[in-house]
Amino acid sequence: MDAKQLIARRVAQELRDHTLVNLGIGLPTLVAKYVPPGVEVAFQSENGIIGFGSPPPTGMEDPNLTDAGGGFISALPGAVSFDSAFSFMLIRGGHLDMTVLGGLEVDTNGHLANWMVPGKLVPGMGGAMDLVAGARRVIVAMQHTARGRSKIVPKLTLPPTSVRPVSLVVTDLAVLHPTPDGLMLQERAPGVSVAEIIAATAAPLLIADDVPEMGIVVAEPMMVR
Amino acid sequence: MRRAISAAEAAVLIPDGASVMFGGFMGVGTATRVVQALVERGVRGLTIIGNDTARPGVGVGRLIEAGCVACAIVSHIGTNPMTQQKMIAGEIEVELVPQGTLAERIRAGGGGLGGVLTPTGVGTTVAEGKQIITVQGREFLLELPIRADFALIHAHEADYNFNLTYRLTATNFNPVMALAADCVIAEPDDVVPVGVLPPDAVRTPGILVHHLVARPG
Repeated sequence: MDAKQLIARRVAQELRDHTLVNLGIGLPTLVAKYVPPGVEVAFQSENGIIGFGSPPPTGMEDPNLTDAGGGFISALPGAVSFDSAFSFMLIRGGHLDMTVLGGLEVDTNGHLANWMVPGKLVPGMGGAMDLVAGARRVIVAMQHTARGRSKIVPKLTLPPTSVRPVSLVVTDLAVLHPTPDGLMLQERAPGVSVAEIIAATAAPLLIADDVPEMGIVVAEPMMVR
Repeated sequence: MRRAISAAEAAVLIPDGASVMFGGFMGVGTATRVVQALVERGVRGLTIIGNDTARPGVGVGRLIEAGCVACAIVSHIGTNPMTQQKMIAGEIEVELVPQGTLAERIRAGGGGLGGVLTPTGVGTTVAEGKQIITVQGREFLLELPIRADFALIHAHEADYNFNLTYRLTATNFNPVMALAADCVIAEPDDVVPVGVLPPDAVRTPGILVHHLVARPG
């Protein structure tokens, strides 16, 4: 299975019924394709909408209806729109149950860096700092390594997005749970051994007594209604 | 009754070196006709305040490539490589502000507050040089209000009294910005007679709007 699809499927298992969820741009967006059957999730886009749907047919796009990446979307029946101040009151005020964000690095303390690489790449934090500071659960969805180097590090080398630890890290190799004592290896990807995960990880890991394979529902991708 | 002005007339009102708030998120909800008129007028040295610098050729991205901007106070520049190039070349100064903090700083500027306390950015580079205030055992950053000389507002509908409505995700920063500038210029997609807009639908009372840009054509 493609690494990104695997990560998205595993993250989707964290979705709970009747919750408000914000998906970051890129890999996290794929999570919407794998909402488990029977689970109803309201997706927020921080540019000001709850209840958006898949892109409209060609030629039917509305220039005033877009996602946070500027892409055209549709609105589901019952969708609501709001301004940026309200959108971030939802995010910081504890009203957002979960956010899924991409990452450049996560360290032993569960701290995330995902908004700049000094001297190389300065995209800006956009809404990421508010999301990590305010969402009830913060899940990082990212590849375990980049160009052969571990993105799970003992201590961040990049500027942090927040001092608040994230709730869970899902990679193409493992599920890691930040604890006060360090990162706990909770699950492994299908066909990947604990030894392989340790070898691919720069940070020390706490190993659970039992490290099962990731639970992923192997179903056909669903379109967002 | 006040008359509407053209986009070119609006652009003349904004002098070189002015600070200008632009509604919009990746160009969606930006007053694009006034942006185009500013480019044609060749304005220089603007400080722009808004969510992002969109993409090349889109929204305020056009001001970036035309060399109209000296300083950008935004949450994100990753989608416009030209902003990054000009920042590295020292042609544009960029202040990055977390998106929610930007909205609140503008709201504070428009609502007469001395600032806002936010948990966002505590312990990061965003906190450098800022006051930390502990409230009920939790640390917050004191973020100061922002105001501008001008706010360029994109609206869905305006009536003859300049009352404004917004539409879907084109709303974004527009309603908060309409309170936070000395001169507010609104560019609606449509203009309707007084009485057509239900009072509950109006998000920005027309009394706040100084100039209305006429429909195209």
